[in-house]
Amino acid sequence: MDQYVPVLIALILGGVVALVMTFASTMLGVKTHSAVKDEPFECGNPPSGSAWGRFSVKFYLAAILFIVFDVEVVFLYPWAVVFRQLGLFGFIAMLLFVLVLVVGLVYEVKKGGLEST
Amino acid sequence: MDFVTFFALAIPLVVVAVMVIAHPSPVYSALFLVMTLFLLAVYFLFLNAHMVAALQIIVYAGAIMVLFLFVIMLLNLQSDTLRTQRHGLGRVAIIGGVILLAELGLLLQGSSSELAESSLPENFGTVEALGSQLFTKYLLPFEITGILLLVAVVGAVVLAKR
Repeated sequence: MDQYVPVLIALILGGVVALVMTFASTMLGVKTHSAVKDEPFECGNPPSGSAWGRFSVKFYLAAILFIVFDVEVVFLYPWAVVFRQLGLFGFIAMLLFVLVLVVGLVYEVKKGGLEST
Repeated sequence: MDFVTFFALAIPLVVVAVMVIAHPSPVYSALFLVMTLFLLAVYFLFLNAHMVAALQIIVYAGAIMVLFLFVIMLLNLQSDTLRTQRHGLGRVAIIGGVILLAELGLLLQGSSSELAESSLPENFGTVEALGSQLFTKYLLPFEITGILLLVAVVGAVVLAKR
């Protein structure tokens, strides 16, 4: 477990930095309120519609595709660790695996799966 | 894993897990689920499952949670609409809980002290151990996983683009 102590320190430090920044800005920052300033910010446009509005199912495709390629990357971690022991054999094995997924990537690009409109 | 460490992890874990189902806002529930998954990852570390702990955070706390948040946004769940429709979920939960307790009881009866930590190989559960097994002994399942992921891509595109 000792090798995870740096991870724990990083987690605690991250939390402390976030808390300090939030409290410091509320304590030290100058606050001016007006009707326009208190509106939710929407990329400079006047806010329109409810924040709870429904999203198109097309965005769901982006999430599923993200998971698929995230799982692909998961296999790259152990491969990278044992890469030198495996040599050319491991390289070809991973090449085959990635090629299969490149077929999927080409397919989704051709079908317009990555277009946001 | 001594008693102090166990309870220092188990109590927050149970609290955030209860908050997942108790919080009225689905987005907050999802965030509590992230905390639950993180704490579970720490348990995997104590079980010498280093790779599984990393996967728990990368895949579950990362990718699967993104999917959950997308579902929440797609369904447009609001805190007040959820209250009215809980069709006998309590009874299902009780049955599920009883089955789970029975399974835990069976597991405790069957367990023996032979499975001590000392009996594990030296690099058990590390990324190296997993990698050297995955790319030699289990190479075919690994390549088939690639095809499985390809099927998932094609399926998602076909269904969403209809």
